[in-house]
Amino acid sequence: MGISRLYQIYIEIESTLVAAKKLDSGGLEVTNLGMSSAANKQRTGGGEPPMLSVRKITKLFGDFAANKEIDLDIGSGEIHALLGENGAGKSTLVKMLYGSLQPTGGEIIWKGKPVTIPNPSAARGLGVGMVFQHFSLFDSLSVADNIALSLRGADPITNLSEKARELSKKYGLPLNPDSMVGDLSVGERQRVEIVRCLLQNPDLVILDEPTSVLTPQEAENLFQTLERLKEEGRSILYISHRLEEVKRLCDQATILRFGEVTGDCDPNKETAASLARMMVGSDISEIKKNATVETDNLLLTLDNFNLEAASPFAIPLTNINLKVRQGEIIGIAGVAGNGQSELFDAMSGERTVADNNCVTLRSQPVGKLGINARRKLGAAFVPEERLGHGAVSDFRLSDNLLLARHDSDRVAFLRFGKIGFIWREMVEKATTRIIEEMDVRKSGDDPEASSLSGGNLQKFIIGRELDRQPSVLVVNQPSWGVDAGAAARIRQAIIDLARSGSSVVVISQDLDEIFEVADRIAVMSEGHLSSPEDIASTNREKIGLLMAGVGIGESDGAAARSEHAA
Amino acid sequence: MRLELEKRAESSASFALISPFLALGLTLFAGSIMFSLLGHNPIRAMYIYFIEPLSETWSLHELAIKAAPLILIATGLSLCFRSSNWNIGAEGQFTMGAVAGSIIPVLMPEQNGLWVLPMMLLCGIVGGALWGSIPALLKNRFGANEILTSLMLVYVAGLFLDWIVRGPWRNPGGYNFPETRGFSAGQILPEILDSGRAHYGALFALLGVIIAWFVLARTIKGFEIQVVGEAPRAARFAGFDTKKTTLYVFLVCGGFAGLAGICEVSGAIQQLRPVISPGYGFTAIIVAFLGRLNPLGIFAAGIILALSYLGGEAAQISLGVSNKIGNVFQGLLLFFVLACDTLIHYRLKLVPTRDGAGIAQEATHGAD
Amino acid sequence: MGLTEAILLTIFTAATPLLIASLGELVSERSGVLNLGVEGMMIMGAISGFAFAQITGSPYLGAVSAILVGSLFSMLFAFLTITLVANQVATGLALTILGLGVSGLWGESYIGVAGIKMEPIVIPVLSQLPVVGKLLFSQDLIFYSSIALLVGVTWFLFRSRTGLVLRAVGDSHHSAHALGISVIKTRYLAVAFGGGCAGLAGAHLSLVYTPQWVENMSAGRGWIALALVVFASWRPLRILAGAYLFGAITIAQLHIQAIDLRDIEFLPSALFSLAELIKAMPSQALSALPYLATIIVLVIISGNRRLTLMNTPASLGKGFVPDR
Repeated sequence: MGISRLYQIYIEIESTLVAAKKLDSGGLEVTNLGMSSAANKQRTGGGEPPMLSVRKITKLFGDFAANKEIDLDIGSGEIHALLGENGAGKSTLVKMLYGSLQPTGGEIIWKGKPVTIPNPSAARGLGVGMVFQHFSLFDSLSVADNIALSLRGADPITNLSEKARELSKKYGLPLNPDSMVGDLSVGERQRVEIVRCLLQNPDLVILDEPTSVLTPQEAENLFQTLERLKEEGRSILYISHRLEEVKRLCDQATILRFGEVTGDCDPNKETAASLARMMVGSDISEIKKNATVETDNLLLTLDNFNLEAASPFAIPLTNINLKVRQGEIIGIAGVAGNGQSELFDAMSGERTVADNNCVTLRSQPVGKLGINARRKLGAAFVPEERLGHGAVSDFRLSDNLLLARHDSDRVAFLRFGKIGFIWREMVEKATTRIIEEMDVRKSGDDPEASSLSGGNLQKFIIGRELDRQPSVLVVNQPSWGVDAGAAARIRQAIIDLARSGSSVVVISQDLDEIFEVADRIAVMSEGHLSSPEDIASTNREKIGLLMAGVGIGESDGAAARSEHAA
Repeated sequence: MRLELEKRAESSASFALISPFLALGLTLFAGSIMFSLLGHNPIRAMYIYFIEPLSETWSLHELAIKAAPLILIATGLSLCFRSSNWNIGAEGQFTMGAVAGSIIPVLMPEQNGLWVLPMMLLCGIVGGALWGSIPALLKNRFGANEILTSLMLVYVAGLFLDWIVRGPWRNPGGYNFPETRGFSAGQILPEILDSGRAHYGALFALLGVIIAWFVLARTIKGFEIQVVGEAPRAARFAGFDTKKTTLYVFLVCGGFAGLAGICEVSGAIQQLRPVISPGYGFTAIIVAFLGRLNPLGIFAAGIILALSYLGGEAAQISLGVSNKIGNVFQGLLLFFVLACDTLIHYRLKLVPTRDGAGIAQEATHGAD
Repeated sequence: MGLTEAILLTIFTAATPLLIASLGELVSERSGVLNLGVEGMMIMGAISGFAFAQITGSPYLGAVSAILVGSLFSMLFAFLTITLVANQVATGLALTILGLGVSGLWGESYIGVAGIKMEPIVIPVLSQLPVVGKLLFSQDLIFYSSIALLVGVTWFLFRSRTGLVLRAVGDSHHSAHALGISVIKTRYLAVAFGGGCAGLAGAHLSLVYTPQWVENMSAGRGWIALALVVFASWRPLRILAGAYLFGAITIAQLHIQAIDLRDIEFLPSALFSLAELIKAMPSQALSALPYLATIIVLVIISGNRRLTLMNTPASLGKGFVPDR
């Protein structure tokens, strides 16, 4: 069989090596880190061609057009926003600009000349740099090694650390080149990405949702760095769905929907609502948040709860206190990786503890009880990761319903006692009910979970729990990676559940979401939880400081006291 | 040109069905080439290999004798593999089942009551299950890789059998041959039909397949096994204890292999010898994959692989080719099965490597 | 040559194939590919090394062809697991089963044929040194290669840029792909290297260790090599320690029954009675020692979760399909 095939592969590998060598000697000026050349290129007048032009670029995946004849112009020294919902085609476009994907049609014009960008190193050679949303970093390697990997042909050890240090000082991005990336916080990781990108002295920097992982204050610092880059004449392509941010920072915006350009505008002359309309195509239904029904009935409590770190890169939970009243929604804010998933595991019972009393559900101690026992007490859980945690990707929706409810709804779904014969008919009936209730769009009767879009799968997963009318719902990142329509529907459903007399805990890294749904807000930072504050008595700045860890650790005692007083 | 994979939105049901046959076809094709290279008429060779053994009653009995352990073990393995527990030590569990099941016939040769055979079978099952539980416990308690520990235990079991047969259990009246005394009449698994040697092991295999299929496809236990294999994190979310599942599948698989072991010894060999298996425990891995880890598929696959044993012997006699060809066939078959399974989840696309205007950069895209 | 020296020499010989095969597998696993087919590639190396030595009359050409055959054979695995993203565990098993089958078929005519032994190359002057002269400087070329490989692999992984790229691919193939590193190319090369090493290790068996062809002569060494990589927590120097530890165990079980304990000069009296006890055990129990030791070693190392979690290449065993 494969011998000739193997030979072909061999030939390809050979030619790649040759080509790579050519590139190395050609394109890159790694050694010349002087910023003067870039600084001289000032904002161009009307006569000069833009830094980058994209003409009628199209990308097909099979029959599906991820990008349809997109036009885009980015001038020198311009911060250009690329707006659009999840699945609008932003990443596809950007990946083509960075050489990770090849366009099916259309052309890319770089500084007036048509170019093909066969791979990321060619893009870097041209002067295009990229800061990824889900960082392209290597946890087990040092910061210096991570940087070295993006610079072809550079010596991984020498000089680089020094240059990196210089750059990070210049742009206000403090970094230690010797630390291991796996030990860094999310904000620090982003700095590594940015410094790595800047080391190549790029003319165009692409940033994919850079603020989604930052505290408001960290985001502020980032904006200053970006302004600085702009002053040097560099262009920035800024991908975001945070409209306020775009209005504040960007000179120009291009809006995508369903793979097509639906608008080109100066964001300062638009309102957030008009931008949203261009993104979504219609007005999003306003979320209705009725007044809380005041009760003192505590449905879920954590009392001086501690949890050891499960793995080397995990966060231990320290002295967590939380009391959730009936009818309210508690929002738990925090930057990614500060112990939120550990907190979720602790509340759901995926991790149990020896002290039975430190977790209670509807006044019953449950610290030692597993997830199904807690479900039987009326709790329901929605984890952050949809595929692989909340659902099994290759399983049909009906099987994924069974996944969460086989024990709590044993009477309905299983037969013949110990044998546990699965009563398909009942499971499928319930699946159909949930699909209709939550308006889950899908192909086929009972498709595999992986074939659904993020938003539709999330609607199903949330609907699976709401269908049980739980008295306590704990949900981690309810609208992460979900389109605006689905997000609105999910948030409304969560609010409605709470108003009907249940308790809800919403863990989210999205402050907008927290402020939209929560009645009280607490903040996770390095495994500590701040004491919840009424939404009326707090604001983004205060929450931002707590997210950065200012004043959480030491105020534990005080927090506990004020909690008791309340 | 280069090969690219494109993920299917949904796994293809038709390819799930076709892929084993495609693999079989490719193996036969490769086999024909191999026979041609060895200077034999490939059609005649294939006939001798795969058709002739089916043409006579006695050889059908032999087929059942060989297929039974393969099917039993592979069925147990399917539970392990479905839950991502890579037990490759079934050969050792088979051996220890055979040894444990032989305790009564070797130490109490005079016992011939009706209780003896069921007791022997039970001992076999327990022996295999206990041996199988070792890698499971080491995995659960210490995180030791079950692939390596289960395999190492195959060697240990083999040496244990060797020692017990040459040492303490050697037949006192056996002229120093390394074998135990022959089992007495009440300790031998009876034949099913008068027409040949096939013993009750074949029925047990059938029973095992039906039970395993029912558990996997219709019960919550089977669901649990699949969730644990597909997504361990989701299994915890479902409240399944992955460690218990691991122990469970190893116990069941060890039990199945142990049953196969005692059936082979009691039904076919009728005494213990230093070597009691032509590698059933390893061939069963191929059977399990060829059957797509589905007990019903495994039933068919077991018969095909048993045929390759018989065909190997037949080809050795009729064509004078080495019976090692059987092993090569088996290896090739597993390769093709795994390759064809890719088609279930992916579409294969041949993408032309563009050579537009001789841009050097284009080529770098080639191997990406 | 004293008995101690002779025993040490056999330990070196027993350790060499383990060292070479483990180093190859280490490189492959560092790139994220778990190739369980080491046993199969090793036995292919053993038979091809033997056969080509017979055909050409030169054990060196035999060893070279063993490397090539091992590499080529591993490409079968690479094609399935890297290009077709087949399950790495199952495919590795397939490679072993196929290797045992093909080598059995190929080697049938060589059973009982006297082999060609690769003679030691005595290094002048250095070989005159006491003890180490015999052990380190009067060895065959494959032994010298094993040491060179150890140094080379250590340097490559931790000092060279390509080694950094390889470790990066093993840490996160998605990040590597995003940076424009060719994950597939890197992995193909790493697997080919692993295959070549396993082939050479096999050639050592049939050209140095026991210069003849015996079916299944690798006898589980490929699997032990795999365990050594875990034992060494993916670090080359610890592989050296592991390989020699296992070499010692193998030799101990071979010789312990044949030798008179009083001849071993370095045996402390406290260990004497223990050794007597071991000597009294049946030979099968002694033969099982390397396999049992493998299990024990795995248990000890894996029991330290932190150590294994920190060192295991994060993408080990996971197939890579570039996403949209």
